[in-house]
Amino acid sequence: MKKVLANREIDVNEEGYLVDFKQWDREICECIADECNIVMTEKHWEVIEYIHEKHKNEEPLSIRGIKKSGVINIKEFYNLFPGGPLKKATLIAGIPKPKSCI
Amino acid sequence: METQVDAIEKKQEGTKVKKMLFILSKATIENVYAAFVMANGARMEGIDSEIFFTFFGLEAIQKKKLEHLKVATVGNPAMHIPTMIGGLPGMEAFATKMMKKEMEKLDMPPVGEFIEILSDSGCKLWACKLAVDMFHLKEEDLIDELDGILTIGDFYNRANEDGTQILFI
Repeated sequence: MKKVLANREIDVNEEGYLVDFKQWDREICECIADECNIVMTEKHWEVIEYIHEKHKNEEPLSIRGIKKSGVINIKEFYNLFPGGPLKKATLIAGIPKPKSCI
Repeated sequence: METQVDAIEKKQEGTKVKKMLFILSKATIENVYAAFVMANGARMEGIDSEIFFTFFGLEAIQKKKLEHLKVATVGNPAMHIPTMIGGLPGMEAFATKMMKKEMEKLDMPPVGEFIEILSDSGCKLWACKLAVDMFHLKEEDLIDELDGILTIGDFYNRANEDGTQILFI
């Protein structure tokens, strides 16, 4: 599927997740965040960086991992990304939705 | 083009389930984790969730007991152990140890840590008043994360919203 974000055509899957991470940049990121009614702050970017780091190292993301991350605690994580934090954070970060049940 | 965007938006809206209320009445590891994984999973999907601990389910929120829960080796056909053998001394501890090892591999947190995660995630944790009275428990016997002690009537009132489901475990 194609979607226009920041005047560019981006490839996404049926849930809206980016298919090709190479198409991701901060401008695209802010557009997706805006669609989720999220205004990116310094803390959001820190979390996105953490998520990218985990993704690059092929380490699975989990809420338990967030608890141990040292970057953010779970309460803040839920506040920053309302409506399902890992689901929203990975969508905004341009990586696939995590598959784990925990 | 528009229809594609519509389809994406529809998919992002997700489920009609807005709130999940769990009643946990047993404190075997398999039941406790079923409730915890589902309650946590709901929060991860942006769904409200709450757990009502009643009867033996209360053991999962008693400070002294929560890290010593066991898997049921008797009367549990899924264990694939004959009931007589399941009842032998040490079987329960052995099966529990094996299961905990497997859970650790999947990065499943121990019960106490899972309770912290649930509470931090905004999942409400309630103790059943009748069961608390029946087992002569005091508030200090229960986890610090507890949101309160409720009657079943109070709990039903919390279900008074569209898109709410109650699940008995």
